[in-house]
Amino acid sequence: MYGLGILKGLSVTLKHFILTFVDDAKRGKGRYRSPQGIAYKQSTELSGLFTVEYPEEKLPVPEEFRYIPFLVYEEEDGEKKLRCTSCGICSKVCPPQCIYIVRTVDPETGKPVPTPAEFCIDVDICMNCGLCAEYCPFDAIKMDHDYEIASFDRMKHHVFDISRLAKPVSYYASIRPKNYKTEEDARAAKAAAKQGTASA
Amino acid sequence: MSDQSAVVGTVTEVFPDWFSPDSRPGYAGYIVPSERMREAAGYLKNRKHFDMLTSVTSADYFPEDRIEMVYHFRRSTGGEPLRIKCFLSRVESQIDSLVDVFPGAELQEREVWDLMGVRFTGHPDLRRILTWEGFAGHPLRKDWKEPFFEDEIKPYKSRWPEGKFIRAEEKNPLGDNLCFPPGFDPESWVPDKDEILYKSMTRVAKAGEDGMDSDTIIVNLGPQHPSTHGVFRMVARLDGETVVDLKPVMGYLHRNHEKIGERNTFLGNMPFTDRLDYICSMSNNFAYALAVEKLLNIAPPERAEYIRVIMAELTRIVNHLVANGFLMNDLGAFFTPVLYSLEEREFILDFFEAASGSRMMCNYYRFGGVVRDLDENMMSMLKAILERLPRKMDELEKYLIGSEIVRIRSEGVGILTPEAAIANSATGPLLRASGVPYDLRRADPYSIYDRFDFDVCVRYHGDIYDRFMLRIDEIRQSIRILKQAVRDMPSGPVLTGKPQYQVRVPAGEAYGRVEGPKGELGFYLVSNGKTNPARYHVRAPTFINLTSLAGMSRGNKVADVVTILGSIDIVLGEVDR
Amino acid sequence: MKESLNSPGVQIPEELSGLVAITTLDRIYNWGRRNSLWPLMSGLACCAIEMICTAASRYDFSRFGMEVMRPSPRQADFMLISGTVTKKMVPQLVRLYNQMPEPKYVVAMGACASGGGPFKEGYSVVPGIDKFLPVDVYIPGCPPTPQALLNGLMKLQEKIDHQALKTDAHWYKKDGSAPIPVPILGPDLIDLRKVEQIRLASQVQQPASDADNNEVPHE
Ligand code: SF4
Ligand code: SF4
Ligand code: SF4
Repeated sequence: MYGLGILKGLSVTLKHFILTFVDDAKRGKGRYRSPQGIAYKQSTELSGLFTVEYPEEKLPVPEEFRYIPFLVYEEEDGEKKLRCTSCGICSKVCPPQCIYIVRTVDPETGKPVPTPAEFCIDVDICMNCGLCAEYCPFDAIKMDHDYEIASFDRMKHHVFDISRLAKPVSYYASIRPKNYKTEEDARAAKAAAKQGTASA
Repeated sequence: MSDQSAVVGTVTEVFPDWFSPDSRPGYAGYIVPSERMREAAGYLKNRKHFDMLTSVTSADYFPEDRIEMVYHFRRSTGGEPLRIKCFLSRVESQIDSLVDVFPGAELQEREVWDLMGVRFTGHPDLRRILTWEGFAGHPLRKDWKEPFFEDEIKPYKSRWPEGKFIRAEEKNPLGDNLCFPPGFDPESWVPDKDEILYKSMTRVAKAGEDGMDSDTIIVNLGPQHPSTHGVFRMVARLDGETVVDLKPVMGYLHRNHEKIGERNTFLGNMPFTDRLDYICSMSNNFAYALAVEKLLNIAPPERAEYIRVIMAELTRIVNHLVANGFLMNDLGAFFTPVLYSLEEREFILDFFEAASGSRMMCNYYRFGGVVRDLDENMMSMLKAILERLPRKMDELEKYLIGSEIVRIRSEGVGILTPEAAIANSATGPLLRASGVPYDLRRADPYSIYDRFDFDVCVRYHGDIYDRFMLRIDEIRQSIRILKQAVRDMPSGPVLTGKPQYQVRVPAGEAYGRVEGPKGELGFYLVSNGKTNPARYHVRAPTFINLTSLAGMSRGNKVADVVTILGSIDIVLGEVDR
Repeated sequence: MKESLNSPGVQIPEELSGLVAITTLDRIYNWGRRNSLWPLMSGLACCAIEMICTAASRYDFSRFGMEVMRPSPRQADFMLISGTVTKKMVPQLVRLYNQMPEPKYVVAMGACASGGGPFKEGYSVVPGIDKFLPVDVYIPGCPPTPQALLNGLMKLQEKIDHQALKTDAHWYKKDGSAPIPVPILGPDLIDLRKVEQIRLASQVQQPASDADNNEVPHE
């Protein structure tokens, strides 16, 4: 019969529609705005309503997620010490060339000091590729997870300087626990090896 | 290249002055004198069965006075491509057009004219294609400089160690990305009003069978139009509602991919390739990595090969879901099918995001492997997706393919015959839906595709419905490959050698290609031994597939043109680059 | 929605609290506008795909009253520039903007629309749509994820909340706002507001460049 195909198709939409209520009834309150609800919405068992109600619900981003880079600093007795040595590798590897680094120069000797005097990233150019973080030999630049950075004025707010880029190690450890752990382990192993050779 | 020498070996005996092997180290293929090119192409086509001209491009060897035309021919029965070159002078760059031998050269030759300034004599419609009429100069020439020009190659010196931040605009006299030829007077400028374009369209005199005299009208669809899948414009000459002639107008998203690519380091191009066909970033990465690996002469480790295949096949699924969804949109099934497809896509994107860090711009492949491994968690995520997808595909199929509206509007509409498809250099689903079982994964296998058991999908009517069904078939085959890949995946490293940010690539040329979801995606690279490519060309499948659009549309109703375009499945990032 | 609609500082007797809301004209006017922002569909590049994802089931911006995304400017409230703006495309965008009825807003989504993005150095890319249109909200990212886009759109709502009818509603003034001149494609993009500058700049160039190659006037 003519039109049967359409009806058959529409039965699929109807099924989707009904499933929403079935699923809601089955899962009860916890389906919305709760951590397990969000986890359910990301799992492939999901049926029924698919929508994540941002801003009340936020999908967690995976560890590797990358947005704008940030600079890691260590806190040593209240002082912020950037890990960055201003070696310039990140600015060389950056494909659209949006990292600007001014190296600190010791005013007396005229020799470069391993810390940046200025460090700028133009986020209106940055393509979030993550290559800077991948190739930094000192684990000093990492990709941030913070994506809620819309602004009203780009001239003022879209060139991130050190004050905006610098974030503590603890923050890094919190957003990328696995990476942090492997790096720390590698560092500890290296230090141990060094000790071993020194004592031997 | 055994195939090539066998073919041309006999030719060189017959016509010693036609084909001479390109013996420069790192180069391959044959050099043909430019005045012989047309005959040689005809000979290859008619006598040697190289019936597809897959790629036409050019490379500027400034400061030497030489532009090389580079042609890649293929046989529709499979095998490696045959590379033919012609040397032209930079001043009088001119060569015979191949359009009458290979219609598929039409858009590609226009692109070469636009960007490299090579004139093709005998081309029926040699206008600018990616830039606009009146644009000053030919940007891909090495001595042409853009307004924000800073240095020949990256990295720029001004970023480190004295990297004071300055916006590029502040260095430009006009405070913008602008530069005008000397002595230019903006007030006396007469902008191009597309008159040549409109005149170039065939105007069929009405036969007047009904005794009425009616005129044809020109209708512009796009660039701001919901049906054009981005900023694409079609100019159609209509007789009533029937399309008499149609011309695609593109370049509204021309982002100078190739010019920027020639400045970037080899690695720096990787994230840029993501933005070519932005729905399938992984396969773009794949093709580019293959091309550079050919130059570097390295191979990825076993596990990386499997991961690459997994990612490429997932990308194919994503692309076909999106393509079919939007095709249904064009057919009038407004948004519900798209929403269902995008829902499934989200799961795959979650997987990509967990693996690579970004949903769309994956930047996941590296030369000699991939950037990071998939752990146990991710593998179970993948398995769950593979478990869900077939179920959802069945549902989608039940939802759509029985529908009478879909069938009436798509069956027998927009037919592309196999002969026309081959002549127009069509690749991918467009070609296979026309009854040519040509899939690079089988025709000229790369990576580890020869290990998997899968069928090359093919359908025979060459209409919209077949293209739609072919994509569904291919999704099923991809799932099949994925299951095998997950089963057989060995453990081990995922990258050969050390991660390097400035790879020095031996001089030479390479053409790396994959069967992308949309067709043959190829990268033609020339290296001069430095850290950045001397020539970087993208053989964009959808750009070349658009050659068939006009032929498929003629005689159809204007509403069908929209669906025909949808069934070709274009992505403007790749068409315009 | 009542909390945001109800004007603070005015005490409503308890027995009426569920029935009556006292508000200012500004508030109710903005409340109406912020919850029915209709975007103009103008997908330009990669970012457009994320925009579509935002409109699709998982993020679904119809929860914000934005689902009426149509490609016609006539009923649109804001223009979501999602992707790279090229010189060839910008005349069309300016024309569309001019056709939108007031009050109108522009949201620049992604690095490209805000400031040229990774393709800024290219010869045919406009380094930021704000060279032509007044942008209200910029969303960094390449591409901004759907959640980042939603965050940006909420910023736009926030901006609307802070507009007062008396001072900010210039669209009710007689003179209104003049249309933006549509740029012309010449040897390069001719911004009609800069004609004088362009002439001067190209005159200055003349002696400097040695005109060695007629094919390459750019220098
Ligand atoms: S962030 Fe890393 S790569 Fe960049 S300059 Fe600092 S130490 Fe070097
Ligand atoms: S993420 Fe990529 S584009 Fe952005 S600063 Fe790092 S290297 Fe540059
Ligand atoms: S910002 Fe990035 S994702 Fe968006 S259009 Fe530009 S290149 Fe594409």
